[in-house]
Amino acid sequence: MKTTELIPLLWVVLVTVATIMLGVWATKKSSSASDFFVAGRSVSVFWNASAISGEYLSAASFMGIAGLVMKNGYDALWYPVGYAAGYLFLLLFIAGPLRRFGAYTIPDFAEGRFHSPAFRKVAVSFVLFIGFFYTLPQMKGAGVTMAGIMGWPYWVGILVVGTVITFNVAIGGMKGITLVQAAQYWIKVFAISIPLFVVMSVVGFYNKPLETARADAKGIPSIPGDVIKMKGQAAAPNNALSLSAARVSLVKFETDTKLAAVSVNPKPKPGDVFDASQAISAVGSTLTIDSKSKDIAIPKDTLVQVTPFDVTNAEGKTSKASLKLEFADKAEIRVTAPENQPAAAPNAPANGKWLNPFGPLTSKNGYPLLYTYSLIIALVCGTAGLPHILVRFYTNPDGKSAKRTTLWVMVMLGAFYVFTPIWGSLGRLAMPILYASNSTDSAVIKLPMMVDGGGVLGAMLSGITSAGAFAAFMSTFSGLLVSMSGAFAHDIYGKILKPSSAPEERLKMFKFAAIGIGAVSMMLGLLVESFDIAMMVGWAFAIGAASYFPLLLLGAWWRGLTAKGAATGMLLGGLLSLAAIITTMLVDKKVLTLELSPLVRSLMEQPAIWAVPLSLLLMVFVSKATAREVPEDADTIMLRLHAPEELGHSKDYIS
Amino acid sequence: MDDAQKRELTNRLIKRQLNLSLRIAAIFVVILVGLPLLNLFLPDLAATNIGGFSATWLVLGVLFYPLTWVLSSWFVKGSEKLEADIVAEESK
Repeated sequence: MKTTELIPLLWVVLVTVATIMLGVWATKKSSSASDFFVAGRSVSVFWNASAISGEYLSAASFMGIAGLVMKNGYDALWYPVGYAAGYLFLLLFIAGPLRRFGAYTIPDFAEGRFHSPAFRKVAVSFVLFIGFFYTLPQMKGAGVTMAGIMGWPYWVGILVVGTVITFNVAIGGMKGITLVQAAQYWIKVFAISIPLFVVMSVVGFYNKPLETARADAKGIPSIPGDVIKMKGQAAAPNNALSLSAARVSLVKFETDTKLAAVSVNPKPKPGDVFDASQAISAVGSTLTIDSKSKDIAIPKDTLVQVTPFDVTNAEGKTSKASLKLEFADKAEIRVTAPENQPAAAPNAPANGKWLNPFGPLTSKNGYPLLYTYSLIIALVCGTAGLPHILVRFYTNPDGKSAKRTTLWVMVMLGAFYVFTPIWGSLGRLAMPILYASNSTDSAVIKLPMMVDGGGVLGAMLSGITSAGAFAAFMSTFSGLLVSMSGAFAHDIYGKILKPSSAPEERLKMFKFAAIGIGAVSMMLGLLVESFDIAMMVGWAFAIGAASYFPLLLLGAWWRGLTAKGAATGMLLGGLLSLAAIITTMLVDKKVLTLELSPLVRSLMEQPAIWAVPLSLLLMVFVSKATAREVPEDADTIMLRLHAPEELGHSKDYIS
Repeated sequence: MDDAQKRELTNRLIKRQLNLSLRIAAIFVVILVGLPLLNLFLPDLAATNIGGFSATWLVLGVLFYPLTWVLSSWFVKGSEKLEADIVAEESK
């Protein structure tokens, strides 16, 4: 191993060790159970805002957005905007009342608002649903980063990182985490910005990739004939090589492999007329391969030529199409073009589609506007429904500081997010080979390495971004573990299983729960290598948007909400989105074979547009129907939620 | 303070606070709903070249963040003033 390859590892180890030390040091200063769960409610606005931002900026923010912008262009800009702008809704409707209510966790709010222990159980289950969904992309981030810098297999990264963080949480609790996460915000801002300035000084400023794309709407980035590592069927749908419809491509197979399927891309619609008989041929070989081949073995050193062809649709319009190769096994290939022409990057959208709105991300199912709005709703409402973020608002001393904290969070997040799409754009310009291997999620890690062609500076910079990525999934995973273990120890064990338990017993339970939940998260993480990090986080948001957001919004502002109304809305809205999303994932993984109409597919992949209104409406209707069950002290509760502390109606709901 | 008084005070509080929140939310919602519509119906305007950026990329990729800062600092200021007013009125 070359010494330069060790530099990123050193950075990662440095940030991990520093995090653990900081956590241990902070733990020594925390003693009581209240300290452990909500840091004694004594954190200042600036530090609390740093900690919220630090906890919030996950692998999806650090790596995923860059990858998604590189892959899909303009449409992916909605992700960072939604992640940041969601806090505005939180600020306007939820932060102040939630803090004034004075409970530890969202399930505390759920029970305290309605005096309904049964409803607590519903609320707790969503801490776990949303939490697990949100840990999946963090796990993928860990696996991808370690694969990128160390060449470890995906599962090793997950195992190592997951174990370190799990034990850190089991030992530290939340006081340690507050300080650690505040520090991690600043590490992440530094890591996403400083290396970027160096990369920009070499590759070009933010506007260069955009200008390049504007100059030639049909153009596709060119790649050198380097070896591309393809993933096998297990990584579906990231095992595909969609060849350019603009140019002829030559695919050289450097290893023996097997193709699961060859198919026309884009997928033909009814009424399309085309002739794909000349689209693919093996050069100088007896291998027979055509545009419909399935399960075909390809020997080493085979050279396949793929030629684009015309497709005429039912209205008589003609466009170009080419082929998609899906790999059954892992393979190493090279993509080139005849006569030493530059090869077009497979899987890369054409410049115009990338640069302009309604590109591949939102129009893949044919309903781009619907998809866009549904995504916006999921992100904006979902931020206001993430349990591990909401719990942080209790660490503010009062409602006023909760609002100020949110304002600071928005500034800190914006200052971070504005950099992330720049990485994705520069990736398109400087490293289009990442398209071919379906690994745009690693752009932030790989791009710095090219500033000096694999030298020390590049390794240093890549080390910094790797350390930042590490800080990202460490902090978010820690926060999720704390909130899920807290839900288990405080809500399931302390309230449901053994209400008589002493605080020390619950603390012990918290530690056990952290270890158990950490282990389950790692196992689930192994299954999701093929999904985009930012997509998975978007799904966690969609579930939060259809469950907690309506509960908190109506719970804080509408006196007439009843426990039955809130539970019905949360359960149906939340579980239906969960079911829709899991079905989509299984179809993508080809575990399930379902022919979905494009509209249904859009609505299932981005459920927020129907699930959030459904949940809100159910809450209103069922509450109206059970109006007699409005809590007797609803007036006292509403006053507590909204009266400024100076009026003396607030009280801390300590239980 | 009995329940009727509490309800009356709560209703006054909520009305004023919600009024402020909804006004700012309305501006935000108009932007969120409007930008995709602008992209759809006025694509040439959205693609206007501003220093190498298309106008819509510049808005969504860069300017959106300071915009949310302005809206939220409006709200925080407005809400603190409103609550100070309420405290002053109630303590009379």
